[in-house]
Amino acid sequence: MSKNKVLLTDPLDDNNPITVQVLGICSALAITVQLKAAIVMSLSVIAVMAASNVIISILRDLIPNRIRIIVQLVVVASMVVLVDQVLRAYAYDVSKELSIFIGLIITNCIVMGRLEAFALGNGVWRSFLDGVGNAFGYAWILILVAFFRELLGSGKLLGIQAIPDFIYEMGYVDNGLMLLSPMALITVGLIIWVQRSRNRKLIEQG
Amino acid sequence: MNRDSNVYTFTFATLMVFVVATVLAYTSFSLKDLQNENVRKEKMQNILSTVGIKTDRDGAEKLFDQYIKEQLAVQSDGSIDNSVNVFKDVKLALELKKSSDTQDFPLYVAEIDSEKFYIIPIRGNGLWNAIFGYISLKEDLNTIKGVVFDHVGETAGLGAEITQDWFIERFIDEKLFDANSNLMGITVSKTNNDPSNLDKTDHEVDAISGATITGDGVTDMIKERITHYVPYFEFIKSSNSIAVVSNNNLNLN
Repeated sequence: MSKNKVLLTDPLDDNNPITVQVLGICSALAITVQLKAAIVMSLSVIAVMAASNVIISILRDLIPNRIRIIVQLVVVASMVVLVDQVLRAYAYDVSKELSIFIGLIITNCIVMGRLEAFALGNGVWRSFLDGVGNAFGYAWILILVAFFRELLGSGKLLGIQAIPDFIYEMGYVDNGLMLLSPMALITVGLIIWVQRSRNRKLIEQG
Repeated sequence: MNRDSNVYTFTFATLMVFVVATVLAYTSFSLKDLQNENVRKEKMQNILSTVGIKTDRDGAEKLFDQYIKEQLAVQSDGSIDNSVNVFKDVKLALELKKSSDTQDFPLYVAEIDSEKFYIIPIRGNGLWNAIFGYISLKEDLNTIKGVVFDHVGETAGLGAEITQDWFIERFIDEKLFDANSNLMGITVSKTNNDPSNLDKTDHEVDAISGATITGDGVTDMIKERITHYVPYFEFIKSSNSIAVVSNNNLNLN
């Protein structure tokens, strides 16, 4: 059981897809201007990763080795199209906002990486946990970055004003730079810095 | 079974494609109505926003019925075809493929506090794909009340910025026609000498850096679309002046 628990917890810290493996960075930069978009993106990635990990794991003894990458791609792509269709029907505004980035989940290296590295060789339940774990590892970094960018960039959280008026009256100004992609990279960098100074295991020897 | 044989590989691939296609087609089919409903309400929302009525998508339908008094299918000679349901049946993307004398030109007439506004759907080409929107005119059929733009696939951060409020606001109160009633349109200009947009009669607004082709697309679609409404505008103006004259006559009597 503890072995299974590691599948969930490891990607949150020691083996985080973004801060340690540095995968899926592109979307972390692109959709972290607002907290809401980041949360929906995270939920979409969790759904896609859990589902495609399970499907590939079920089919792992049937998939012909020579076309396994194609099969993985087809599975991920169909999951993404499903998520996109559902969002368009039930969360139209968010789907407009995320537009191409939902489609780009297909190219998110984390998804394909976990299918190839884990789901092809492990059972259904373990693959599910691995998918969810890695997606959460991705999600919490994404949401953390979006939190700081929306707070410092537009003074809001989830679209609601978070910095009280009297601070503005004292001369505080929102930092427009936070809304631009470079600051997402710098924020991720700062998170990596904090993480490494707390977690000695991550520091390379030599 | 030999998983590496060609027969197995082909069979697997064929089956996979079949299953995936079925699942996706089913989902798309069963969610179609909900999606279309969203698109329909968004259209109402866009039309209303050009005349300054901001609403969420759910409230759009009620306000649309309340403020939009007429939905007209203008013909190229300036007449109206009453048999057409403009909102539902006229798809601008399809109309644009027809020759201009067989197209229906949709026109929405809004009435707010007894002031009339004329709302014209516009559509053209940006850099990568279609750009579209609505432009509303005040009662003089010359001054812009408001615009809204949207796009299919312009570059995020450059061409896609045409949807932003700061760009849209530049069009407000600009004039479409010059003093001699020639259609000038609105030019999205890189050499605009009026960056703070104080001169509302120069038929120009400031362009977005890095979005030249999208900006030119906006210029072209406004002029191209409005051109087709000129005969009908002339008709409205002449009938308005007749009304004024007959009113004066009445007063004299």
